[in-house]
Amino acid sequence: MKNGCRHLFAGGVFYLFKKYKSIQIHRKLYFLYNNKMYYLIKRIILSIPILFGITIITFFVMHLTPGKPTDLMTDMNVKVTAEAKERLQQLYGLDKPIHIQYFDWIKRFVCFDFGDSFKDSRPARNKIFERLPATILLNSLSLFFICLIAIPLGIYSAVKKDSFIDKGITIILFISFSVPSFWLALIFMILFGVHLGYLPISGLYSFDFGNMSVLMKFFDLSKHLVLPVAVSVITSLAILSRYTRSGMLDVLKQDYIKTAYAKGLNEKQVIIRHALKNALLPLITIIGLSIPGLIGGSFIFETIFSYPGIGRLGYEAVMARDYPVVMGIATLTAVLTLLGNIVADILYTYADPRIKYK
Amino acid sequence: MENNIKKLLRNKFAVAGLLIIFLLITAAVFAPLISPYAPSEQNLSERLMKPSMTHFFGTDDLGRDIFSRMIYGARISLTVGFISVVIILIIGTFLGIVSGFYGGKIDYAIMRFTDIVLCFPTFFLILLIIAFLEPNIYNVMIVIGLTSWPGLARLVRAEVLSLKEREFILVAKMMALSNIKIFTVHILPNIISPIMVYSSLAIGGAILTESSLSFLGLGVQPPMPSWGQILTSGKDYIYIAWWLSVFPGIAILLTVLSFNLLGEAVRDVFDPKENYIEKQ
Repeated sequence: MKNGCRHLFAGGVFYLFKKYKSIQIHRKLYFLYNNKMYYLIKRIILSIPILFGITIITFFVMHLTPGKPTDLMTDMNVKVTAEAKERLQQLYGLDKPIHIQYFDWIKRFVCFDFGDSFKDSRPARNKIFERLPATILLNSLSLFFICLIAIPLGIYSAVKKDSFIDKGITIILFISFSVPSFWLALIFMILFGVHLGYLPISGLYSFDFGNMSVLMKFFDLSKHLVLPVAVSVITSLAILSRYTRSGMLDVLKQDYIKTAYAKGLNEKQVIIRHALKNALLPLITIIGLSIPGLIGGSFIFETIFSYPGIGRLGYEAVMARDYPVVMGIATLTAVLTLLGNIVADILYTYADPRIKYK
Repeated sequence: MENNIKKLLRNKFAVAGLLIIFLLITAAVFAPLISPYAPSEQNLSERLMKPSMTHFFGTDDLGRDIFSRMIYGARISLTVGFISVVIILIIGTFLGIVSGFYGGKIDYAIMRFTDIVLCFPTFFLILLIIAFLEPNIYNVMIVIGLTSWPGLARLVRAEVLSLKEREFILVAKMMALSNIKIFTVHILPNIISPIMVYSSLAIGGAILTESSLSFLGLGVQPPMPSWGQILTSGKDYIYIAWWLSVFPGIAILLTVLSFNLLGEAVRDVFDPKENYIEKQ
């Protein structure tokens, strides 16, 4: 770990050196860092301005729109005087000019402090981080099943291009791409929760979760996860699958596939040994890019399923004008998205040696 | 062009999509003539009636006819779809052309800004703006338009970059045509097909977003009827009234599906190589 930190630091320093070119760099050092570590550092440094951009937009959108969070607390109460309102705003620091408020926020954010929630005065950080595992669990399960289903579908319809099955898969994918996720959630709730009664329709745990054995706990948890994961998977299947199909079609046109057929391999061998690897490579990037979509989807169906993740917390915070929590969630989702993109890029360079990192 | 339209009409999916869109537009335009009841007419003695011959799709918790409300809802969905796409088209095309054509620092600035908007979970941004402004149909259209352009800007930029080096643009530059003339006369007609594909898909996306927002109570406000809003009452009566949830959802699904199929068909006709279903 210590070693890793040193490398990260050295890489960062090196990036800045190279950027300003004011200092001659020893060739050996150049050789050492003109590699993946250097690329990684560069990506991280380049994504910092994007992160700041996102926080600035969120902050200013929140503060420049009319109405203050304190209005919600005071408007309904006739006894509150103008003076008391001012004092309340002072308490939350809302009376200062907006750019000073933003710098205050940055100062605290650098120390990893998101401020206290306006709603119950608990640190926003704790509120967010206790909800985060549920969202990560939901989204990683969805991502896993999306890959498991979408990729074989895409490959199959590429191999059997223009056949009846290909057309069938295409139309099903288009339907799944067009279906409103919240409506699908409703239909599933009616079908499986209400009429058949197989599955619970909200939350993540049953009431007596605390008293269950480990096995029962696992069973209970997975029962609650089935519907949210199913909705998430079905509505985000199409993009990955279509990309797999078009990638596979491109690969199947290549000369080395013809060569493989020419030397007498059968279709199965050609596809599994020669085509698959090359077709799957670009998908890494697509999967990385699909992360904001998944998180964005969480806001809708976590609210519907009363699922205790950051999507629902975000919705509630937006509704209550809970600035610190909203800022925290916006920043966190942005960090997750950027990390997803960086990891995808890095994995891609590892998977495909033809890619040069610049 | 004529040849292309013929090709488009040979595609069964495209024809089906066009037909549904045509039916929807007709229903939206002639809503007062078609709908059997007024959309906000309450009849408390006929609350939560099952679908029947008098009420094709049943009634809601206030005794309003779902079928009539859905016909009027088509107006809302289509308006939101078209107007937000117009906003997307204006912003995305403009930024894309400027970015691709001028290059350099302008390009860098625009593309970094695009990255920032792309990294947002768009729905959260929309939720934020709508909730903090007043939720109504105009804000919904504007906000969807203002947040969904980055994909188009990138697409247009890539197209312009490849066009820029072609001879006819170089000749136009050599003839000292103004940049505005080069944009409108020489570049725009050549990138119209990817833009058409993108807008068709974006209309579907905008309709989906509008219905999600209305479902969460942040979109079109009552008494204006909207498909997403009928679904909200469907959620409240999930145990007793399935028809509240089923029909509006199917309407949304069919509408979005038609626009997507149409977009895909247009893509097939104009340039079969590309794949524009980017994340929306």
